Amino acid sequence: MRVEMDKSSINLRVAGLKNFWRRFVRNKFAVAALGFIIFEVIVAFAAPYIVPYDPYKGDFLATWALPGKTHWLGADDLGRDVLSRLIYGARISISVGVLSQLAIALVGVPIGALAGLKGGRLDYVVMRFIDVLSSLPTILFYIILMVALGAGFWNLILAMTLTGWIGIARLVRGQVLTLKNTDYVRASRAMGAGTFYILKKHILRNIISPIIVSIALGIPGAMLAEAGLSFLGLGIPAPQASWGQMIGMYQAYIRIAWHLTLFPALVLALTMLAWFLLADGIRDALDPSSRRHSA
Amino acid sequence: MSETVLEIRDLTKNFSSRRMYGRDKIENIAVNGVSFSVSAAETLGIVGESGCGKSTLAMTIMRLYEPDSGKIYFEGADITQLKGRELKLVRRRMQLIFQDPLAAFDPRLRVDQIIGEPLEIHGLGTSNSNHDHTAALLRRVGLYAEDMQRFPSEFSGGQQQRIGIARALALKPRLLICDEPVSALDISVQAQILNLLRDIQDEFGFSYIFISHNIVITAFMSTRIGVMYLGKLVEIGDTELITKSPRHPYTQALLAAIPEPDPSFRENSIDVSSEHVEFEGSPTGCVFRMRCPVARDVCAAEEPQLRTIGDGHQAACHFA
Amino acid sequence: MLNYFFKRIVGAVGVIFVVSILTFASMHMVPGGPFDAISLEKQQMVPENIKRGLNEKYGLDAPVWKQYVLFVRNAAGLDFGYSITYPNRTVVSIFKQQWIYSLQLGALTFLFSVIVGVGLGILAAVNPNSIYDYLGTGVSIFCLVIPSFVFAILLQVIFSVWLGWLPTGGWNGPKYWIMPVLANSLAPILVLQRHTRASMTDAMQANFVRTARAKGLSRTRIMFVHVFKNALTPLLTVGGSLAAGLIVGSFFIESIFRIPGIGSYFVTAIGTRDYPMIMATTLVWTIIISVVYLLTDLFYALADPRVTLIKE
Repeated sequence: MRVEMDKSSINLRVAGLKNFWRRFVRNKFAVAALGFIIFEVIVAFAAPYIVPYDPYKGDFLATWALPGKTHWLGADDLGRDVLSRLIYGARISISVGVLSQLAIALVGVPIGALAGLKGGRLDYVVMRFIDVLSSLPTILFYIILMVALGAGFWNLILAMTLTGWIGIARLVRGQVLTLKNTDYVRASRAMGAGTFYILKKHILRNIISPIIVSIALGIPGAMLAEAGLSFLGLGIPAPQASWGQMIGMYQAYIRIAWHLTLFPALVLALTMLAWFLLADGIRDALDPSSRRHSA
Repeated sequence: MSETVLEIRDLTKNFSSRRMYGRDKIENIAVNGVSFSVSAAETLGIVGESGCGKSTLAMTIMRLYEPDSGKIYFEGADITQLKGRELKLVRRRMQLIFQDPLAAFDPRLRVDQIIGEPLEIHGLGTSNSNHDHTAALLRRVGLYAEDMQRFPSEFSGGQQQRIGIARALALKPRLLICDEPVSALDISVQAQILNLLRDIQDEFGFSYIFISHNIVITAFMSTRIGVMYLGKLVEIGDTELITKSPRHPYTQALLAAIPEPDPSFRENSIDVSSEHVEFEGSPTGCVFRMRCPVARDVCAAEEPQLRTIGDGHQAACHFA
Repeated sequence: MLNYFFKRIVGAVGVIFVVSILTFASMHMVPGGPFDAISLEKQQMVPENIKRGLNEKYGLDAPVWKQYVLFVRNAAGLDFGYSITYPNRTVVSIFKQQWIYSLQLGALTFLFSVIVGVGLGILAAVNPNSIYDYLGTGVSIFCLVIPSFVFAILLQVIFSVWLGWLPTGGWNGPKYWIMPVLANSLAPILVLQRHTRASMTDAMQANFVRTARAKGLSRTRIMFVHVFKNALTPLLTVGGSLAAGLIVGSFFIESIFRIPGIGSYFVTAIGTRDYPMIMATTLVWTIIISVVYLLTDLFYALADPRVTLIKE
């Protein structure tokens, strides 16, 4: 962040943000993606008020209904409106995505920070742990955990946290290691500062932005993992509606009820696309030097 | 005899590492059995080339690195193993000034927060309540009180170093260790900073350990000088003695290498091979023998210890 | 060098053990699991002599760690017991009979991805900032963004249900291969395209300018071959993790397109809580992945020994 010649520190922060925003806005795709995501979030929050039908109530007269006037996107095997279930599915996706990343940060950041700061044996143990865990194929890990724990919202969050903390721990540890060896941290220590003082004053404020970026970038991955696990029947169980779960449940009936798998698939794909464009836009706005047209 | 503020005995710090499954050991003894003392209101200069261990020495004395062996006595007390609150109290009395002044500041902090940090650490108020104190410090080092609202990156190198000095003064320390404080500055600015350092020493009466690779500057600043080579102290004595009659070949080489402005001056320069040779395994004998023009067999066989050869003058050479 | 290999092998063995312990432990935690003697009793489909055999083999009354040891010993002898979904087939026999389909899918996917991925990559590298470059980037973005199972569904709906051109599932001939291979190739194509483009561009920039200037353009053809060879080496290493990914990633595709490979059996096993099957598949997959990574590392170390000097 460039330092302007103003005399107050508030301007410093604002100038950095303004630059970032200016660069971000230039990317039309990213802006559109952001708009779409905000729209989804609003829909998810407002779900109870805007759904045309109760997503849990089935209408026996409408079972397997194809898209039409009464049910815009059709109805499922129990007569539940697909559109309503998709909207509620958005709630699930977003909450799983956000909550899992927050939980991961809550676990991973302290571990990474302490390992980096204290070094020595603690760091060694943590690093070995991370090495072993990261060489395990994640999907299999998820599957094993979920089979053992059983499907369910909180079990899913737990499983994701157990596997996902590694990434952010590594990131934070790396940052802390770099910062630890700066002269100003040494100066603080030389002046008598303790570990927590240094953490609070010098380290945390310098690592907060990579942490936020890491959380934001992890959300689409988490949403995708939820979809995949629910597809297998291991994520969010019925009767709750999750896009992945709907695809998985009705995939066998694709001939007679293609609408039950197509629409969740499309929404999922669009959401992933939006997140990807957004993440790309953020990355470019933060560091315009990487503007090469490579995916 | 004035009071001894700092005394170190046989201080050693090494960074040896061992490879995982092999038997290789990479020896790197940065500070090797160094001993000296510093009295009140005096300046001990430490001079040597890059890699001789002077910065590591500074860090080890400050307990930023843990010494592997040896003792550190500060104001009479053994601080080698101190921890926690006791160490914190000691830290108020010893401060460090860094070579790269900008790197010594957290880029996100303003000057008043930077100077106020030592006070904050020791529970003596926040940067807000110490406004006057900070303003006074800034004025003392030649800056303006208004500067405290700015960021260090807005200042020139010399001004940044002044901020660093102001921060070091905040707690009224007894000992200031200056690790190459002017090496990163323009020549014209170097003199100003050096003069500032001498002025405040006259005013406040603290001791300096002044570390530099430039013997001329070190001689200007110091009452006594110690010469280091590859982790060992090879000669130490009053500035006058060291500069006028150096006894260790390395010191002689350093002094002879000082450029003389008179083009007609052609004195014999001492032939020292310019290659810095790395030791493999454990070095035997004198650390300087690979480059020494007067080295003999005895130099490889036996390591010369620091011997007193004059009043307060010691050298580690068989032929001093 | 030997040091490096040794460490890698130890690492791989360690991972396999950890996975086996984890799998074992989590299956154990579940009530009604394969080690729950009571529920096994309830399975009337299991003939008496087999039940006795099971008790003996798995030591269902013995302490946990002993069960684990027995499990490992049995596993080493390639005995994973009987599948719960198909109680008269042993897990191993299922593997033996079905793995060939997974292999076929994997091989076809590999072939297709290499042709498309490497092809697009070369085109993009040779014609930077052209339509081919953008096409390659576009395809990459598509592959990155759309999850493979979503793509699979889309393909199925469009080409099978709406247009009726292709069959929805099964594996009885070339027509059945098209959609699964397409869907399965998304991730590999992405990786291959990117890597090919990058390494070719690098190689081109290294030699091209110099040699073209010195020797004149008539040498471009020879130069091309040289560049291409250089670009291939990093690709081979990427191929390793690709192969590993193919093995694990395809179970969604197999399930959706009803291809009778290990993947779809795995998916069914999850649904029916067929623990012997789940455990066996997890273990086999982990072993395969570990071995593949190990071989890739070894190969890379042989190609560029500097890798072995990196301090962990």
